[in-house]
Amino acid sequence: MTESANLITILWYTLAAFLTLAIFSFLYKDNPFYRLAEHLIVGISAGYWIAVLYHTSLKDLWLEPMARNFSSLFTPGGTVLQEIGLVITNVVPGILGLMMFMRFSSKLAWLSRWPIAFYLAITAGVALPLYLQSFTVRQMQASMINLSGSVRDIIGDIIIITGTISGLAYFYFSMEHKGMIGGVAKVGIWILMIGFGATFGYTVMSRISLLIGRFDFLIEWLRLLTSYATS
Amino acid sequence: MNDSSKISLWEKIMQVDRRWIYLTIGIFVFLPLLFKIGLPIFITKEVQAVYDRVDALPPGTLVMIPCEYDPATMAELRPLAHALFRHCFSKNLKIIATALQIEGVTLVKDDLTLIAAEYGKKHGEDYVFLGYKPYPAIVILNMGENFRKPFPRDYYGNELDSLPMMQGVINYSSCALIININATSGADYWINYANGRYKAPLALGVTAVMATDYYTFLASGQIFGLIGGLKGAAEYEKMIGQSGRAARAMDVQSIAHSVIVILIIIGNIAYFVSRGKMRGDGR
Repeated sequence: MTESANLITILWYTLAAFLTLAIFSFLYKDNPFYRLAEHLIVGISAGYWIAVLYHTSLKDLWLEPMARNFSSLFTPGGTVLQEIGLVITNVVPGILGLMMFMRFSSKLAWLSRWPIAFYLAITAGVALPLYLQSFTVRQMQASMINLSGSVRDIIGDIIIITGTISGLAYFYFSMEHKGMIGGVAKVGIWILMIGFGATFGYTVMSRISLLIGRFDFLIEWLRLLTSYATS
Repeated sequence: MNDSSKISLWEKIMQVDRRWIYLTIGIFVFLPLLFKIGLPIFITKEVQAVYDRVDALPPGTLVMIPCEYDPATMAELRPLAHALFRHCFSKNLKIIATALQIEGVTLVKDDLTLIAAEYGKKHGEDYVFLGYKPYPAIVILNMGENFRKPFPRDYYGNELDSLPMMQGVINYSSCALIININATSGADYWINYANGRYKAPLALGVTAVMATDYYTFLASGQIFGLIGGLKGAAEYEKMIGQSGRAARAMDVQSIAHSVIVILIIIGNIAYFVSRGKMRGDGR
């Protein structure tokens, strides 16, 4: 690495370190440095999104295929109907996309409901049966006791089914939580508490990991500064 | 010291400015980073399952590693991505990678290229980076039909059919495994579509905060392995015999967790003692 490259790297690292410290400064209290960093993130993210979306979506999934299909319309040899079909598959999504922008006009805002309805319908049609299968049926199957396993597995299964039923009983509000239902619901609360405890533990680990990541970066920055100063 | 002064100390603890707690945690995270301690790391069976499946694959087998992490979550998932790439490349497996989280596209590209260079692997021959396309659910569904539908070209603009590694590679059925590294709820899409619809063998590497949500899918057999956060990454690093950033960070985690547990215990004692005092005073 050349000396100038080193300097450029250090400048970038220093900017990143400044922004990291600016974000950390919120822990003390809200301040202009924190807000500067926050606004930078929002602005840069928006710009970055637009650039990436143009190159990875608009350009190669819409503009280029449309241009290709349009030009094939005027090339002899192809089946005209097929080529018109290809063009339509490009034009219709484009029109639907443009209709989304009608939200900016109070008079034409109703037009944006069409692409939203189209998207919702597709999502519902594709996703719902699969969601039901993956997130309900398969989970119910997994909560059934399999007596063919080892004693340890059977005990595990019993804990799962007890936890599932008692957890569901806690959320069953059509009966007063008294008597047997009340007792089962109480077990459900304990099961939920254990679940929340595990989630809390993992959440702490997650957040500490992020802090370690930033501190690691700051240490790297300090080392870089020291090595540059001593070289 | 008399009894009342003891209680006033607990009351003071109850009123302590939370910024002191931030500072305490900060110090106990920062200082251990400067030293190598080397606390033991134990391997869990859900991480071992991923390692075993990858390790058993013959050279040349195709593994798909979609990486959905970004600068905000890279501290947790980047060490795992590195460990997985290293394991696959050391076994001469071929990798198809995607980055369906927009902020992480260049990050994943850099990580994959960096590790590939360590093993002398070439893009298009030993690995392919497809990059990003919007709407992960639709992209995952389409890749189940044909990788070329959502990705007519790879990240670098090459036609997929022009890449030697992609010859004869159609969809998930061409991949022996999918190991999704994910910091978003997009992991649900992989379970729902890649595994649910296309029956692709799937494992997840997720942030620690997400891990508890996905144990149910491990129990139901919808995923064959689960690597949770930095701890999971540290386990994987240990199994491939290359202790790196995750293993070192686990020392810090252990110390920080101990401090947090001590603070919780002190906080609870202070709460109960001061509550007792308030009741005694008739407040």
